[in-house]
Amino acid sequence: MSADTDVQLLRRQGRIVVVGASLAGLRAAETLREQGFTGSLTMIGDEPYEPYDRPPLSKQALLGRAQPEDTALPRRRDIDAEWRLGVAAESLDRDAKQVRLTNGDTVPYDRLLITTGTRARPWFHPEEAALDGVFVLRTRDDSARLRRKLTGGVSRVLVIGAGFTGSEVASACRELGLEVTVAERGPAPLVGALGGVIGAVADRLQRKHGVDLRCGVSVTALEGDDVGRLRRAHLSDGSALDVEVAVVSLGAMRNTEWLAGSGVAAGPRGVACDAGCRVFDVNGIVTDDIYAAGDVARSPHPLFDYQFLALEHWGNAVEQAEIAAHNMICAGPDRRPHLWLPMFWSSQFGVNIKSVGVPSLGDQLVVAQGALAAERFVAVYGYRGRVIAAASFDGAKWLGFYEQQIASGAPFPPEYRTVDRRTETLHPIDPAFPDPHLPTHGATVTLTGHSPSGRRVSFIPSHA
Amino acid sequence: MTSGTLSAQITDYANRADPYPLYAELRKQPVRREDDGTFLVSTYYEVRNLANDPRLSNDTSNRPPGYGRPGQPPPESGLPPSFIFTDPPVHDRLRETITRPFGPPHSPRFLDGLRGELAKVVTELLDAFEGRDEVDIVEDFAYPLPVTAICKVLGVPREDEPRFHGWADALASGVDPQAGGGSGQEKAQRARQDLGAYLTDLIETKRRHPGPGILSALAPEMTPADLEATAVLLLVAGHETTVNAITNTTLTLLRHPDILDRFLKDPDLAVPLIEEVLRYESPVQFVPWTTALDDIDVAGTTIPKGSPVWLMLAAANRDPKRFKNPDRFDPDRKDNEHLGMYTGIHYCFGAPLARIELHLAVPELFRRVKFSRLLQDPPPYRANAVLRGPRHLPVAIEGLTA
Repeated sequence: MSADTDVQLLRRQGRIVVVGASLAGLRAAETLREQGFTGSLTMIGDEPYEPYDRPPLSKQALLGRAQPEDTALPRRRDIDAEWRLGVAAESLDRDAKQVRLTNGDTVPYDRLLITTGTRARPWFHPEEAALDGVFVLRTRDDSARLRRKLTGGVSRVLVIGAGFTGSEVASACRELGLEVTVAERGPAPLVGALGGVIGAVADRLQRKHGVDLRCGVSVTALEGDDVGRLRRAHLSDGSALDVEVAVVSLGAMRNTEWLAGSGVAAGPRGVACDAGCRVFDVNGIVTDDIYAAGDVARSPHPLFDYQFLALEHWGNAVEQAEIAAHNMICAGPDRRPHLWLPMFWSSQFGVNIKSVGVPSLGDQLVVAQGALAAERFVAVYGYRGRVIAAASFDGAKWLGFYEQQIASGAPFPPEYRTVDRRTETLHPIDPAFPDPHLPTHGATVTLTGHSPSGRRVSFIPSHA
Repeated sequence: MTSGTLSAQITDYANRADPYPLYAELRKQPVRREDDGTFLVSTYYEVRNLANDPRLSNDTSNRPPGYGRPGQPPPESGLPPSFIFTDPPVHDRLRETITRPFGPPHSPRFLDGLRGELAKVVTELLDAFEGRDEVDIVEDFAYPLPVTAICKVLGVPREDEPRFHGWADALASGVDPQAGGGSGQEKAQRARQDLGAYLTDLIETKRRHPGPGILSALAPEMTPADLEATAVLLLVAGHETTVNAITNTTLTLLRHPDILDRFLKDPDLAVPLIEEVLRYESPVQFVPWTTALDDIDVAGTTIPKGSPVWLMLAAANRDPKRFKNPDRFDPDRKDNEHLGMYTGIHYCFGAPLARIELHLAVPELFRRVKFSRLLQDPPPYRANAVLRGPRHLPVAIEGLTA
């Protein structure tokens, strides 16, 4: 009896359960079938819809250029799965090897893949959050509801939080001709993800497009009228704002509550797994039958000091899912590591923003191409003398080059001549990331420390 | 084969019909220095990386004295280079301005709106096959369509289109490195002047009386010289490349009867099939107008600052490290990320137009025409090594359906 025989048996007639039926779950399922898995496959999703694409929900869907219901993800192949949609997983029993659903059903597994992703962080005050006119934006339904509201004759929208989602919502509102106020606790938009130097460019961009941007200010209360409709927002500077719509864009929360008590290393920062996507238990011992991928997973990355990274990135979800699926049905030596370089994009105020690497790790920054003042540039981030990240405004096509610079540990600052270099020498400056102890909500790369076990973390130098 | 002779052999007309053995030879040394200090890069990943490398310039005035500077008008002419021969930020400003009336996000329907007129041209060209048992796919079919398309894009009056055909022909030969100083170059210069004079008038007319096409939209946005250079570029780059793509698709299908049979039964095969032609017979075989702005280490070789660099797209598209059985024409190829339309910031501006033309022309050609055989294989080729394609493609046909 060898491990190889077990794997063969698993591939033929094993039971694989995927909890989380979105991008990562779907791509994993497709990879399993692609690689010859013929056993049973169960897809569990708390939303009633088959997997759909989220990036358009804060962009084209709000503008009416795409319908939220038309965002179903294209299928690479038939996956022959049993779909359990509209019912969430409630708990995990590792001893019995089964997942319990909120409707009381139990689903047994030989291999489990956790792709439960994240949800929008709700407004902290539940009664205020329930007011008519208070929105979050994460799901298809969120997007459809918000679109209806925005096109239903409102005049002013308050966006709470100027991370990527908040900024995209503000951009869409301006394009729809609505007055927008953005309240951001930090010193500038996008500051958590890209730092204050680039944040200042985003700041200018918003104001140029007519956004009433208020930084260094937080919303302290949302006030409703006597029939429960939002009518006013109160800000920390003592001012108040008459608004009918508030979009709460305070980042995401990882869907790990259902794993509480299961003994796997899951917590608010995600589900800890190794580079092969195998989930750790609370003792830091790797399991061999439970895997994680996508926004909910956090895994160590050699390029970033082996810190555990949690990435809310579309491309990461796809690749990590493919690797998790591959590793689930392989014997040890055939397994592959997930070493994806963080990468994400955004589209707002007519500008394409893209980033590779982990900007928030940067201790220095140079503008390698273009100029901040032109709102068209590539900024390169350095960390202890090597290139660690790059971010571009309308310069995305260059980032493949900088990605290779990061992967090869190229020295910082870059000293070569390039096209569109505006200064004879590049002068590194402080990228101005906010104090990591202060919570912001712009980051989509989260450094979550070194420990595999959520319980043992005493200090986490998180920029998110 | 001795070192330093490969670029001469590639541009040698004797090798035009089948340059692929030379490209295979070239790939043995992915980055190869020619005797004059020019570097030829021929493998897929190296070409792709360099095309996306900000240390590589498309502005040949960055070359040291003594090297050719394709794309740069003589300083005394006072003319600007077209945007393909510029770097950011000039390049980005021009390309963005020109994209505004041409494609998304501002004009997502512009090209789509040309389909009807272009389909009509295809129908007329094929109707003229009636009663013939022999046609030249180049002269009778592939050649007239792209010039008409560019004229529609620019907004050139229909009656002036024949003059455009002549200019396009003469200008394309100017792109060929071999033609340096020869009669081709002179002819190109003259055509450039005549076309320039014509465009100056047309742009002025469009400025005063806006009509359809991008020249009217751009006249208020750009200097007349920049707009003229742009119009010339669109004509040169959009014409012969598309002629070659249509002709090469026809030639390749007639050489692969099994795939042609499948295509006739399954018109949906057009999409992967046309992409595979762009890989297999790249319309732009190589890009000889880039220059290293700094020392660049590629595949173990340092390309020194100032060196002219040729990116060999057609060789890269047949790199066995990237494409399995690269010399096989295989429309079922998965993940066919060919470099036939280039990559990076200079990715083919007219790619969406070219694809519309190809998808209007090729399926309709094979739907209506019953082919008998190629009358000459290989067919005679044009002199141009960069925009490589048959000068004529004589074929015997058996009939035409409505």
